[in-house]
Amino acid sequence: MDFQSCVNIKKEWDIVGARQLGRDIAKKVGFGNVDQARIATAISELARNIYLYAGSGKVCFDAIDELNEKGLRIVAIDEGPGIQDVSQVMEDGFSTSGGLGAGLPGVKRLMDEFDVISRQGEGTEIKVVKWLR
Amino acid sequence: MEANLKEIVLNNSNEIVKMWLEEIERNRKHDYTSTISDELFESTNREFVNVIFSSLEKEGLTNDIEGFAERLINLGWPLSYLTDGMQAFRRVTINYILSQSNKVDTTYFSTVLSKVDEWVDPIINQLVNEYSGSWENIVSLQKVALQELSAPLIPVMENITVMPLIGTIDTERAKLIMENLLDGVIKHHAEVVLIDITGVPVVDTMVAHHIIQAAEAVRLVGSTCILVGIRPEIAQTIVNLGIDLSKFPTKSSLKKGFESALELTNRKIVGIENTNKDIEELVDSLDRE
Ligand SMILES: Nc1ncnc2c1ncn2[C@@H]1O[C@H](COP(=O)(O)OP(=O)(O)O)[C@@H](O)[C@H]1O
Ligand SMILES: [Mg+2]
Repeated sequence: MDFQSCVNIKKEWDIVGARQLGRDIAKKVGFGNVDQARIATAISELARNIYLYAGSGKVCFDAIDELNEKGLRIVAIDEGPGIQDVSQVMEDGFSTSGGLGAGLPGVKRLMDEFDVISRQGEGTEIKVVKWLR
Repeated sequence: MEANLKEIVLNNSNEIVKMWLEEIERNRKHDYTSTISDELFESTNREFVNVIFSSLEKEGLTNDIEGFAERLINLGWPLSYLTDGMQAFRRVTINYILSQSNKVDTTYFSTVLSKVDEWVDPIINQLVNEYSGSWENIVSLQKVALQELSAPLIPVMENITVMPLIGTIDTERAKLIMENLLDGVIKHHAEVVLIDITGVPVVDTMVAHHIIQAAEAVRLVGSTCILVGIRPEIAQTIVNLGIDLSKFPTKSSLKKGFESALELTNRKIVGIENTNKDIEELVDSLDRE
């Protein structure tokens, strides 16, 4: 798996850049309007979490184009503080920043697959997939 | 010997200009200047090289560079035209001076290099400064312009105000939305404010959070906030995110929101003749939009 298309997240406006690239790729894969909006929103949540909680990181896109399955894989990687208790942040409404706390559980519902690997003090990697149906 | 170098260059300016123009012409292919007419390109080159020589002659004590850069900025020529031109001038001049002396040792070579740098670098610096100054100016003006556009409030009729939002909402803009909304509600005595998000590309939890807070604040000052222009795909993502917007009214279109606003303020649209036919026509014409 190689990540040709990554967007570095350092400034708030990089979130918009990631969203735009993700939406472009989603369009090429063949996703319709509603799924494009879901994907753009998920990217926005993941990228903003990187910006807010890790300071910097990147969001990478990978179009999946195999015989019987097409889709889009998005990986958000940072070397920030990591997530203490993954099951806790997956609860609706949990936020350490006074936010809505709907980001990560929301992303899980917006996408078809959702994986978090996080080590305290080492960083976080969130991998999500949306399948084209 | 250093004054001497300058004399070589000034006394042979015709020769150097010729070499420089040739070099510029050679490098011209396939780039931005392809859309510029040959005449304009040539006359600009001549003017450019005159500016370089006059700056050399007067040891930088001239406004020529400033004026020339300003004109090119206004015409939209890229900075690279000037920096490329200055690099070409550096190469041509060094080559020319070296070709004029029959014995070139390392000392002479390095003297020539540093002397030419001394002429060229200040000109490059000044050109770059002129350009970046103008960019900074443009950026700051655009920032102001964007800020003015970012959270407009339109009092459409007594007690009803609309805030149409177009484009991405970042934290800075979210703050402005809140401020303008509260200021405007109080200033225009708005009973109802319609926030129209038709033009907002992505509504994520951060945007939703700010809108909820703004609506809550509007409620606290005694008015009602209606969120309108929720496109179908945005409605679905909001539901997927699990965001609860049930605390304040939402409508799919500005038109529907406006109708509720009229209702909330005990008004309705009535035709001038006040016949049923007129009202029907009016409603029909609204529907056609
Ligand atoms: N990349 C990350 N690095 C460290 N902590 C994170 C990261 N992403 C999310 N978190 C933590 O998970 C919590 C929940 O995130 P989220 O569901 O997006 O809600 P919110 O951003 O509104 O707080 C955050 O408050 C934060 O403490
Ligand atoms: Mg978040």
